[in-house]
Amino acid sequence: MPALFGARFYPAALEWIARRAEAFVIPLAALVVGMALFSLFILAVGKSPILLYETMWRGGFGSWFSVQNSLSRAAPLLLAALCVALPARLGLVVIGGEGAIVLGGVGAAAIGVALSGAPSPIVILAMGVAGMAAGGIWIGAVGALRHYRAVNETISSLLMAYIAIALMNQLVEGPLRDPASLNKPSTQPLADIYRIGNIPGMDVHWGLVVGVVACILSWVLIEKTRWGFAARIAGGNVRAAQVQGLAVGPLIVGFTALAGGFAGLAGMLEVAAVQGSANASLAAGYGYTGILVAFLARHNPLAIIPVAILLGGIDASGGLIQRRMDLPDATVLVLQGMIFIVILFSETFYGRFKAFNPDLWKRPDLVRRTA
Amino acid sequence: MDATEIGLWGVPLAILGGAIRVSTPFIFVSLGEAITERSGRINLGLEGTLVFGAMTAYGVAVMTNSPWLGLLAAAFAGLCFGLFHGWICKFRGVNDIAIGIALMLFGSGLAFFFGKPFIKPKAPNLPAIPFGGWSDIPQVQAALDVNVLFLIGAVLSVILWWAFRNTRAGLIVRVVGDSSDAARAMGLNPDTVRLLATGVGGALAGIGGAYLSLYYPGSWTERISSGQGLMAVALVIFARWNPLGCFAAALLFGGAGALGPALQSVGVTQGYYLFYAAPYILTLIIMIATSSPTRSLAGAPGELSITK
Repeated sequence: MPALFGARFYPAALEWIARRAEAFVIPLAALVVGMALFSLFILAVGKSPILLYETMWRGGFGSWFSVQNSLSRAAPLLLAALCVALPARLGLVVIGGEGAIVLGGVGAAAIGVALSGAPSPIVILAMGVAGMAAGGIWIGAVGALRHYRAVNETISSLLMAYIAIALMNQLVEGPLRDPASLNKPSTQPLADIYRIGNIPGMDVHWGLVVGVVACILSWVLIEKTRWGFAARIAGGNVRAAQVQGLAVGPLIVGFTALAGGFAGLAGMLEVAAVQGSANASLAAGYGYTGILVAFLARHNPLAIIPVAILLGGIDASGGLIQRRMDLPDATVLVLQGMIFIVILFSETFYGRFKAFNPDLWKRPDLVRRTA
Repeated sequence: MDATEIGLWGVPLAILGGAIRVSTPFIFVSLGEAITERSGRINLGLEGTLVFGAMTAYGVAVMTNSPWLGLLAAAFAGLCFGLFHGWICKFRGVNDIAIGIALMLFGSGLAFFFGKPFIKPKAPNLPAIPFGGWSDIPQVQAALDVNVLFLIGAVLSVILWWAFRNTRAGLIVRVVGDSSDAARAMGLNPDTVRLLATGVGGALAGIGGAYLSLYYPGSWTERISSGQGLMAVALVIFARWNPLGCFAAALLFGGAGALGPALQSVGVTQGYYLFYAAPYILTLIIMIATSSPTRSLAGAPGELSITK
C-alpha cells in the first residue's frame, strides 16, 4: 500500500484534491456539528429535530417551487456576501453591508423615477449604476477611513449601516415620498417597463444571474489579476506591501468600494425586481445573513454560490417551520447563529490534522507514525 | 400640559432628562466592555448579550413579578454569554471580533426565539427616585425621575476607576491587557484573566439590557436595542478605557439620542430620522477624530486587536 502513495505514483488529481480536502472537509464537518447542536436545542424545547430538518428540506429544496423560492432568496445573499468577502481579502472585517443595500436601493429608485420616460434598457442600466455608486461610496468611505484615519472598519461600517437606514427613512418620508403611499412610506413605484423580470422558464428574477456573475468576476479578480494578488499581499502584511511599492490606499478604497457596489446592486435588484419602490423593507437583514455566507465560504467568491443557495434555502424554509411546527420565526436565526459559531470555532482546526497534509502523504512512514 | 408651555427651555430639559434615561444601558455596557478590553480582548457580542438580557429580564419579571429577579437573571445570562465568548476565543486561530459578530446574531436569535410569548404581557418596572419632586413643572419632574440603575451605574464607574488604579485585580487586568508575555512572566494566565473579564463584561451588558426592557422604553420588543451594544465599543475607545470617561461619554450619547424626541416635542419635526441617527453620527465623528494612522491611541491596551 505505501508505494501507492509514494511520490512517484502520486497522481496529480489526487494531489489536487488532497491539497484542498481540508478546505472542504472542515467547513462541511462544522456544518454537520452545527446542525447536530441545533438538534439538541430543538429537542430541549420539546420538538422533533427529524421533523424539523425534514420540514426544512421540504421548504428549502423539496419541490421545484421551493427550490425557486430558495434561489430567489440566494440572489441578494450572493452580492451581500461579496461585500464581506472582498474586503476580507485585505484583512478587513466589514459587516455593515446592510447600509449599502439600503442606500443602493434608494439611489436606484430615485434614478428610476427621475428618468421615467426614457427607454427601459437605459433606465435599468442607470439604476444599476446608481445603486452601485451609492453602495460603493458608502463602503468605500469605510475603507478610506480605515486606511487614512485608522478608524476600525467593523465598527464604522456598522454605525454607517444605522445611519444609512435613518437616511433612507428620512428620504422616503420626505423628499422622495410618494403621497399615495399611506401606511408604508415608499418612493414612487417604478413603471412596469423598468422592472426586472424573471429568468425564462423560472420564477426567479435575473438578480440570481447577476449575483453569480459577480461572484465569478470577483473570483477572477482575486485569483487571476495583479490587483487581487496585491490585495492578498496587503491583506497578509500591510508594511510588506508598502515596502514592495504597492499603492495600498487606493487598493483598499477600490476593493471596499467594489464590495459596497455589489451590495448596492443587491439593493437595486430588490427595488427593480421585488419591491418596485424603495421603502423600509429594504432593510430585510440580507446584509447580516451575507456575513454568515461569506464566513461559511471562507471568503472564497466561488464557494459563496453554493453557500448562498444553502442559506437561501434555510431562510426560505422559515415560514413553513413556523406554520407546521409551531416554532417562532427566529428559529432559523438560532440555527444560523449556531452554525456561525461552530464555523468560526473550526478555524482552530486548520493545519492540525496530519491527514490533510499532502506532503505527509508522500512520506507514508510519517503518516503511519503520526496517524 | 405639553412641552411648548415652558417654551424652548423644554429642549435642554428634555435632553437632560433623556440623557439620564437613555444613558443607563450605555453606562453598563461600556463599563463591561471597558473591563473586557482592558484585559486585551474585544467583545462585539455585547449587542446580542444586551438583547438577550432584555428578554431574560422581562420574561423573568413577568413570571416572578419581581423586576429585581429579572435583573439578576439578565446578569446571569450575560455572564454565560461572556464566559462563552471568553472560552471560545482562547483557541488558536479563533478571531475575537468574528466570534463577537456571531454571538451578536446568535444572542439576538435566541432572544427573539424565547421572547415571542413575552411581547404581550406587562412586566413590573424597576423603581425610580423622583428627584424632581420639588418642582411643580411636570417636565422637570419627568426629567429628574432617576432610575436606581443610573445611580448604581454612576457609583460603579467610580469604583471601577478606583479599582483599576489601586487594587491588585485592577493591576492584573491591566498587565494582561498590555502584554501577555509580561503577564506570563508574572505567573498569570492571560486566558483565565480574559475569560473572567469577558464574563464580568457580559454580566454588566445583561444588566444594561434589563434596564431597557424593565424601565426605558420599558417593554420587550425585538427592536429594543438598535446597536447600543456596538456603540459601547466605540464609546469605550472614545473614553480611553477609563470608567469615568465611559460614564461621561454615555451621558453624551444619551443626550444625543434624546435630541430628536426633544426637538419634536417643541414642534421641530423636520429631519426627525436624521436626529434619530444623531448618536451613530456622533460616534462615527468621535471615532474619526480620535483615531490616528500614525500612532496608537493613548491609553490603549497593548494586546487589543482593533487599535494595533
